[in-house]
Amino acid sequence: MILRILKNDIGGKVFLLVLLTTLIAVPVLNQLPAEHTFHISIYTVTLLGKYLTYALLAVAVDLVWGYLGILSLGHAAFFALGGYAMGMYLMRQIGERGVYGHPELPDFMVFLDWQELPWFWSGFDNFGFAMLMVLVVPGLLAFVFGWFAFRSRVTGVYLSIITQALTYALMLAFFRNEMGFGGNNGLTDFKDILGFSLQADSTRLALFVASGVALALGYLSCRALVKSRLGKVAVAIRDAEDRTRFIGYKVEYVKLAIFTFSAMLAGLAGALYVPQVCIINPGEFQPLNSIEVVVWVAMGGRATLYGAVIGALGVNYAKTWFTAAFPEIWLFALGGLFVVVTLLMPRGIAGLFSRKKGGES
Amino acid sequence: MKRTLLNASVGAALLAGTMFSAIASAADTIKVGVLHSLSGTMAISETTLKDTMLMLIEEQNKKGGLLGKKLEPVVVDPASNWPLFAEKARELIEKNKVDAVFGCWTSVSRKSVLPVFEELNSLLFYPVQYEGEESSKNVFYTGAAPNQQAIPAVDYLMNEIGVKRWVLAGTDYVYPRTTNKILEAYLKAKGVAEKDIMINYTPFGHSDWQSIVSDIKKFGSAGKKTAVVSTINGDANVPFYKELGNQGISAQDIPVVAFSVGEEELSGIDTKPLVGHLAAWNYFMSVDAQENDAFIEAWQKFIKSEDRVTNDPMEAHYIGFNMWVEAVKKAGTTDPAAVQEAIVGVAVPNLTGGLSAMMPNHHVTKPVLIGEIQDDGQFDVVWKTSGLVAGDAWSDYLEGSKDIISDWRAPLSCGNYNVKTANCSGQNF
Amino acid sequence: MLIRSLIILLLLMTTSAQAAKVETGNDAYNPIFEALYTGSFTEKEQALKDLMQTDIEDKKKFLNGIVNKTLMVHKKSKKVVWVEKQGSKFKMTDAFSGEDLGLDKKRKVKKFAINNKMRSQVSALISTMDLDSDDAEKRLAAINSMLANPAPEYAGFLKQRLDKESNNKVKQAMQLGIALADLGHEDTEVRLAAIDNVADSLAPAVRSALANMAENDTDKQVREAAQKVVLEQEEQVRFFGYIETLFFGLSLGSVLVLAAIGLAITFGVMGVINMAHGELIMLGAYTTYLMQQAMPDSVGLALVLSIPAAFIVSGVVGIGIERSVIRFLYGRPLETLLATFGISLILQQMVRTVISPQNVPVSNPEWMSGFIQINSVLSITYNRMYIILFCLAVFALLFFILKKTRLGLEVRAVSQNRAMARAMGIRSSRVDAMTFGLGSGIAGVAGVALSQLTNVGPNLGQAYIVDSFMVVVFGGVGNLWGTLIGGMSLGVVNKFMEPWTGAVLAKILVLVFIILFIQKRPRGLFPQKGRAAEG
Repeated sequence: MILRILKNDIGGKVFLLVLLTTLIAVPVLNQLPAEHTFHISIYTVTLLGKYLTYALLAVAVDLVWGYLGILSLGHAAFFALGGYAMGMYLMRQIGERGVYGHPELPDFMVFLDWQELPWFWSGFDNFGFAMLMVLVVPGLLAFVFGWFAFRSRVTGVYLSIITQALTYALMLAFFRNEMGFGGNNGLTDFKDILGFSLQADSTRLALFVASGVALALGYLSCRALVKSRLGKVAVAIRDAEDRTRFIGYKVEYVKLAIFTFSAMLAGLAGALYVPQVCIINPGEFQPLNSIEVVVWVAMGGRATLYGAVIGALGVNYAKTWFTAAFPEIWLFALGGLFVVVTLLMPRGIAGLFSRKKGGES
Repeated sequence: MKRTLLNASVGAALLAGTMFSAIASAADTIKVGVLHSLSGTMAISETTLKDTMLMLIEEQNKKGGLLGKKLEPVVVDPASNWPLFAEKARELIEKNKVDAVFGCWTSVSRKSVLPVFEELNSLLFYPVQYEGEESSKNVFYTGAAPNQQAIPAVDYLMNEIGVKRWVLAGTDYVYPRTTNKILEAYLKAKGVAEKDIMINYTPFGHSDWQSIVSDIKKFGSAGKKTAVVSTINGDANVPFYKELGNQGISAQDIPVVAFSVGEEELSGIDTKPLVGHLAAWNYFMSVDAQENDAFIEAWQKFIKSEDRVTNDPMEAHYIGFNMWVEAVKKAGTTDPAAVQEAIVGVAVPNLTGGLSAMMPNHHVTKPVLIGEIQDDGQFDVVWKTSGLVAGDAWSDYLEGSKDIISDWRAPLSCGNYNVKTANCSGQNF
Repeated sequence: MLIRSLIILLLLMTTSAQAAKVETGNDAYNPIFEALYTGSFTEKEQALKDLMQTDIEDKKKFLNGIVNKTLMVHKKSKKVVWVEKQGSKFKMTDAFSGEDLGLDKKRKVKKFAINNKMRSQVSALISTMDLDSDDAEKRLAAINSMLANPAPEYAGFLKQRLDKESNNKVKQAMQLGIALADLGHEDTEVRLAAIDNVADSLAPAVRSALANMAENDTDKQVREAAQKVVLEQEEQVRFFGYIETLFFGLSLGSVLVLAAIGLAITFGVMGVINMAHGELIMLGAYTTYLMQQAMPDSVGLALVLSIPAAFIVSGVVGIGIERSVIRFLYGRPLETLLATFGISLILQQMVRTVISPQNVPVSNPEWMSGFIQINSVLSITYNRMYIILFCLAVFALLFFILKKTRLGLEVRAVSQNRAMARAMGIRSSRVDAMTFGLGSGIAGVAGVALSQLTNVGPNLGQAYIVDSFMVVVFGGVGNLWGTLIGGMSLGVVNKFMEPWTGAVLAKILVLVFIILFIQKRPRGLFPQKGRAAEG
């Protein structure tokens, strides 16, 4: 089945192979003694885990941008919502170990004098429910948003701009302390997940592997989707929306389905991101973050899916390296990179490998 | 071309990066991490602190270093991105093996790195005034707690200026929320009526202050002396003060006392319309003291500009760094655990002509000064606490925290010990 | 503070009693200035009163000198001197003998430290002197400053002067003052008459006095009269409140329009998603700063000259961006987003590196600060008024360029049908560059305006980029009128919501409103018609 999905997808095969190798190699190399040349520190493991969640987010963006032609400047919002859902679960897990020792209320509610848990926090102490919400909340938002937008035939730059408005509005909303999500500080000081301490190396390794598996599954499902009839229609919509509509396809529903699915993937990525970085706050909703994701995808190569992964890993690695090596001038390098890639490599890094035509609108 | 790119993709490059840095950390120096944003929104405030640290380290090296070794600064850029703060903190401690980190500005960045420092048992010196309600074994709070800034300022306005009506204006985040909560409770305890307190929150970077200033003007025209207690965050201050000036509100009519406006912020404002507005800090550049003169001279020489100013968080770093140096000398090692033990009780000169000491709750003692803004962008001190004020981690005016104390000395060794329930909660170790 | 100054005093006494004293050349003045120099604030307040009793001729000049920091003490000679800034040094003249004392470093002279209370005291002292001034404006200001803190004893004082007063305006102010003082009179009839007299005034002192009487007066009749007036006045205040909010909304709208209008050209007309638009605004603001640095003595002139300068700077940078990057990306609008995003990062960091990561100060010229007092509850600030006018002027100019000039014609032709325009002999690449330059230049001009309202720093652009896109999309891409009306209405809606919802929620609701509005009218307020609308 997997092989059928990956038929004709050489890039995808290579990518999954590399991913699989990394997922096995990293935990093994981590077990080596610290002095060993090939030892991978737990710091690097978490870093890689974080990158993998970014990569999943990038795949989600590539699905709607590359194959459906919707440039979403608000995908970070779905990512952050998934992250908040996970954060709420982790917050509830703290229980009595908060600084004020309150059995139910998170610390930020105690010192802002909240008397009881707001209704939307209930249920989040249950892992299953929280995981459901990780998918449902971003999915529902995307569904409602898409329902309105696609039916009114909002397209192109208009759609991009209102997705940006969406994430901006959410950012401002989550900044408000009255919302009950911890305001600017967001949710932090997590202790454990499913009873495992978040600071333990084994938990970190597990989260890393989970992120990798999620990325692989996310990739495969996107690839399967793209290869399906639905995916073919999506590409048709991307290339000629009106013609597709006139042939008789329900363009709105196709868009809605794929957009919602993509949002759920982004939410999942966010949920895996939060336990690894141990903080979620409204900064994740920043419009700039969403633009950055788009930049990763463009950099890696649009409409290839594995290109999105390359872009996400490449840019983020560059960022980590630049911020440590040239803290004063790293923005020049990063900015320059964007310009050069768009100008000289319009099909991204993946475009350099693939000989086949297409993939560009 | 193809092959090199393939090589560079995915895991391979990352692996190479880690190997490389693992080899390069064996030189015989004491490493000091500097964790301040050099890009993004917070670069405005934090870049100066990075430079301050570089200067302090350079000066210490001129004096012969520490324990016979040279100090080596390791600067990274967390780019005003909160999760990145945690990542960079981990990088500093695990990869670069620094012995102490000086950094962070916003509360959220501190909250983000806190678990990292506790997990890896390293040291963070945090130089900015904050909302309190926290005490970590691994963090030393050298900036002001609310009782070292807000409460004395309100006392001054109430007793010396005779203010009867209060506007508490702040940016909507945890520092103003907490500070205003404390102040509200404090004012009510002093007999101020509910209707004489107006509380207002605005978003970050708020730039259109017309309606709010106009409301303040109306609130202040009720015949009682009115003052604004401002916890408005950095960027939003310039348009706020400009609007005050434009609507003709002078410091004589309605004084504004700010907790986040220092010399550095004023250097970005034309201060002529602001003369007489107030700020409460533990240090002002204009303070007449030998240490201060020397510090200013060294700073301006280091930064190669006679126009650069000094401010309170810089003094906090000065105090924090010197305390760390003294503690390392006392402990005879840079081992964080030993330094944690040794640093409590260490007293070093501050820049206002006195000694500041590290308290058992990891906060420091400082004088509280009230200054009036001058047209040259400086503050004139108009009032000063008679002695030093010790930072209080847990406010006595908040319901949740009035029973909590912090003492990191054995045998208690607890950051939030509830004296009523005799329970130590919220520890991660 | 007190202890500190005592210690200083003690120290000075023990070392050399002679040098401790501030030297004025007159034994009667010496202790006064000594107290002003080193005394506690209580001593200083007394010293100011003593100063008024001396035979110093131009007391006002000395009082102003203390407040404005032009009167200082030379630390070494202890002489009281007038100082004048010359470069990084001070030029000193003896305050009493007028002798030229040469130049010295800033740190060698020390000012008389004062606080707010003393500042109020000085302005009160000056205004009492102004009551006798020949200038009616000054007399009026003096009276008004007295009325700000009314006291019953003013009535007699003002009555005495009323007959001597010739100027009508000043007379009215005095009558109001008398009536205000009469509100506290023990005779009921006098109080009732006074209520009638002040009923037309919305001055805060009057309103708070009346509100107080309406509740607390001993006489029922008086209470009722006061209540009636209070209700009437509240009605008026509410009405003026609406006008004020409308004005606030329009001025916020103008800021939005200014920020967005350059984008309306680059994005609206050319279809380039220019993420560096905010940074072009920032460059304009920095140009203003540099102009003011270049001519520190004429802030206003520098500001006016900044308008063309900023237009040129941002315009040239814009043309540079267009020629080097964007022209390779036409037809791929979404990719312009990525490239210009990179450019915006570079421009931001460039400003941080070249100028400073800190915000820089840009001062407002005299004529920009202050306000027009329409009545006691409604005043219109000059700078907001200028911003509205400036916005309209920029809009008119741009409109003129696009509709009436050859460049405008070509721009419209290229944006509507590039192939056809080229066939007609228009050099479309040159037009592209010029259009982008125009849009960027206008962004620079917006930066000049914003520099008067908000921070000038590396983050300036980011703060406005999202709002700008919203305004353009809301108004309708490719339509200048849409941008104007869209921006203005968003501003007004925002300001009318603010009192109920608070600033944060108002902004969120406006965004939600835009999102919903776009669903209803996917092409904005004023959609483009015809072929150009496709795509």
